[in-house]
Parts: sequence; structure tokens; C-alpha cells
Amino acid sequence: MSHAETMLPALPPPPEAQKRYTLSRLLGRALLGVWLAASVGIFLFAVDSWSPEKFAKYGPSFLSGLRVTLTLVAISVVLGGVLSLPIAYGRMTKNKVLSWIAYGYVYFFRGTPLIAQLFLVYYGLGSFRPYLEAIGLWSLFKDAWFCALFTFTLNTAAYQAEILRGAIESVPRGQHEGAAALGLPKRVAFFKIILPQAMIVALRPYGNEIILMIKGSAVVAIVTVFDLMGETRRAFSRTYDFQMYLWAAVLYLIMVEILRNLWAWIETRLTRHLKR
Amino acid sequence: MQAAFAALSSIVSWFASMIDPICGPIGIFRLFAQDTLLSCGDTGWGDEIAQGFMITVSLAICTLPIGLLLGFFIAVAKQSEEKSLRLAVNIYTTLFRGLPELLTLFIVYYGLQILAQQAMAAIGFEGPVEINAFVAGMIALSFVFSAYCSEVLLSAFKAIPQGQYEAGDALGLHRGKTMRLIILPQLVRIALPGLGNLWMALLKDTALVSIIGLSDILRQTGIAARVTKNAFEFFSIACLLFLILAMLSSLVFSALERWTKRSEAAR
Repeated sequence: MSHAETMLPALPPPPEAQKRYTLSRLLGRALLGVWLAASVGIFLFAVDSWSPEKFAKYGPSFLSGLRVTLTLVAISVVLGGVLSLPIAYGRMTKNKVLSWIAYGYVYFFRGTPLIAQLFLVYYGLGSFRPYLEAIGLWSLFKDAWFCALFTFTLNTAAYQAEILRGAIESVPRGQHEGAAALGLPKRVAFFKIILPQAMIVALRPYGNEIILMIKGSAVVAIVTVFDLMGETRRAFSRTYDFQMYLWAAVLYLIMVEILRNLWAWIETRLTRHLKR
Repeated sequence: MQAAFAALSSIVSWFASMIDPICGPIGIFRLFAQDTLLSCGDTGWGDEIAQGFMITVSLAICTLPIGLLLGFFIAVAKQSEEKSLRLAVNIYTTLFRGLPELLTLFIVYYGLQILAQQAMAAIGFEGPVEINAFVAGMIALSFVFSAYCSEVLLSAFKAIPQGQYEAGDALGLHRGKTMRLIILPQLVRIALPGLGNLWMALLKDTALVSIIGLSDILRQTGIAARVTKNAFEFFSIACLLFLILAMLSSLVFSALERWTKRSEAAR
């Protein structure tokens, strides 16, 4: 019989395992170093060419440009949302003619660049000046801002119609059948059962569409609308200061990031009943 | 060397002119728009527009492999266990997905110009330095494309079950070989629809390079519109050409999709 008479003294903890210096670690550090160097370089560049009078002169115009961008996007997204309803209906209807018209509309606006559409409206509609004057719309269409709004509305309507259609069609058949089994009229079933489920599916694509519109709206600067990009281009052409583009980049990034996080929050909030 | 290069380029340009779908011997403008504003040659704008068409297509085709490769590596880096690597590539994608393509283009174009100017000044060359608009457009579009592409590929990677990697290990395949023989074929199949959308977006984004002076479809039709005052017709043609490109690519992509799915069981 033997038993331990004394307790073993506590051993010190084993030495921490040396992390191996892997290739990916090296690469990660190197890339972070590149970003750091780039941001320091940009910061130094900004400090180097910083001048208070430029800031005082162009700061307010940047803000007004920001306002123009936001109003343009907000109005066109809302109007486009309204316009997308009949188009989405046309895409889903069994009527051949309507569905072909809607398909052609969507195909045209999704298949061509936004900037080409904008040129088509802004420069192209000038060819129809006599007719537009006759119906009194010329004063609207000679304004670059209105042309941009018009083009954006038509463009985003096509995208939103596709989002809406995809979302409605993503609701499983069983939901329609369930509503029919309960004896609900088609209208009630659509608004109370199908649409709420479809909107949750559509939420994320709608957010992406708004972000795409904010980014896409930069092209209006080319047709002399002074949105954020337009103001930036004006400031750059007067000062030849590359900083202007960097400031615009920061503003755009902030806008997009705010919207993205807001949308993520809305989504988690609205889908909390689906979490298990 | 120079002579060989010149000969090669002349052969290529001759070949391109022969198969040119717009102004070639059997091009649509040559056949159907003989004596109009769109005729090919000195009297019409057909050949200019055909050139623009070629530039748009070649810009998109040159950007695609760079963007795909970059996007693939970024997608791989995003799955790395290494935190710093993930952070670095996440900064990259946030940046280029958040910036408007037009602004990215301007920043690359003017930024490269400034950098090149400073670099040249450092080695003692004074004078204006001009960056090729094609190259600047290619770089900017590849940045944007790769940022989006990495997201598409990342979600495709996530759709491939872990067991596939384990199966590769069990077969004694090297990591690279597992990737090439097992993962990539499935990855392409899953990611192809997303990549098709990105390609369409890329085609449309190429229109932006007309603003920094590259004579693509939109710039050529814009010049024609300004000279002839027939803006609506010419910009409609620009839209139509983009639509044709979109249709052709959707044909190609549906064929590709069929091809990648050839080994799947019929349902």
C-alpha cells in the first residue's frame, strides 16, 4: 500500500504555443500595411494641400451637392416605386401583349447603361423640341435636373419591378392554396398573406437598389447637374486639387455605409419573428 | 521585335476588320445603311461607331480576367483564418462597392496621373504625363468588378459543403489539386448566374470611360450626335448596341450554364 504523502507543487502554466508565421499572416500584415501607408499618404497629402479658404469656399457647395444627390435619389426611388407597380403587374399577367410590353421595358432599362439613357433623354429629346413645346413639356425637359429625375425614375422602376416580381413569385404556392382553402378572396389573400411575405424577401434588394441609385446618380454630373459629383468636378476644375475627389469619395462612402447599416438594422428588426 | 509586333498587330486588325459585325464586309451597317448617316466610310458615322463598339467590347473583355482572378483571390482571403488578412480585403471590398464607379474612375485616372507625374519628376523628367484612358478604365473597372466578384464567389464557396474538402484530403490530394479538381468545378456552377449579372454590370459600366476620353460607343455616338444634330437617333443606336451586347452575353451565359451542368443528373 502506498499513497501520496504530499501534494505535488503547482506547475507553472505551459509556455504559450508559438504561433507559426504563416504565409497568410504575412500577406495580411503586408496588405494592412499597404492600407495604412495609403491612408497615411492620403492624410499627409490632405494636410499638405489643406487650405482654409478652399474649405470655406467649396465646403458649402459640397453640402448643397449632397442635398441635390439625396433629393434626386429619394424622389426618383419613390416615383419609380409607384411606376414599378403596373410594370410588375404587366410582367406577371397572363395577357401576352401587356407582358411583352413590360418585358421590353424592363429589358431596355436593365440592358443599357444609365448614362446612355440619360444622354438619350437629355440630348435626344431635344430633337423633339417642337412637339414638346406644343404640349408644354419643353420647359421641363430642357432642365437637366428634371431630365435626370425622369431617367432615374424610369430606370429604377424597371429594377424595382423585377424586385417586386421576384419577391412575389418567391412566396410558395402553398400560401396561395392555403388562402384559397380558408375561403379568402383573392384580393385579401394577396394583401394580407402574399404581400407581407414578399416584402420581407424584397427588403434587401430594395436597399441594394437605393445604394445603386446613389452610386449611379453620380453620372448626372456629366449633364451639368451639380450634385455631389458635379460640385466635385467643378471644384476640381477650378483648383486642380485632387483632394476634392477624395472628399467626395468620403462623403459617398459615408452615405452608402449609413444606408447599408440602417438597412441591416431594419432587416433584423422586421424578421425577428423568423428567428428561432 | 518591333517589326514583328507591328506585323502581328496589322494581321490582328485585318482579321478584326474582316469579322467586324458592324462595318465589315458583311456588317449590318454596310448591308443595310448604305447611303445614310450610318454608312461606313467618310460620309457616314458607321465606321466610327464600329470602332467604339470594338473598344467597348475589348475593354470589357480585358477587364474580365483581371477582375475574376483578383476577385477569386479576395474570396479565398476572406475565408482565411487570419484576422488581418480578412480585415485588409474587407476594407478593399467596402471601399470599391461603396464608391460610385464614376468616382473610382476619376480617382484612378487623375490619381495615377499625379502619381506618375511625381514619379517622373523624381527621376528628373519634367513635363506632362498622360495616362492611357483605356488602362485607367481597365484598372478602375477591375477594382469594382473584383470587389463584387469576391462577394459572389464567397457565397458560392460557402455553398460547397466542408465534406468536399475532406473528401479531397481523404483521397490524398494536395490542397491546390483539391481546389482545382473538386472545388472549382462546383464553384463555377454555383457562381455562374451571379457572375453573369456582374458581367452585364461591367458591360454597362464601360460606358463611363467615355467621360475620361476613351472613344467607346457612347463617345463616338455623342460626337456624331453633336455634329449631325441627330441626337436621338445616335443615342438610340448606342442604347441598341448595348442591348445587343447584353443579348449576346445572355446567350453565351446560358450556353455556359448548360455546359457546366452537363454532368448533373437530369431532373
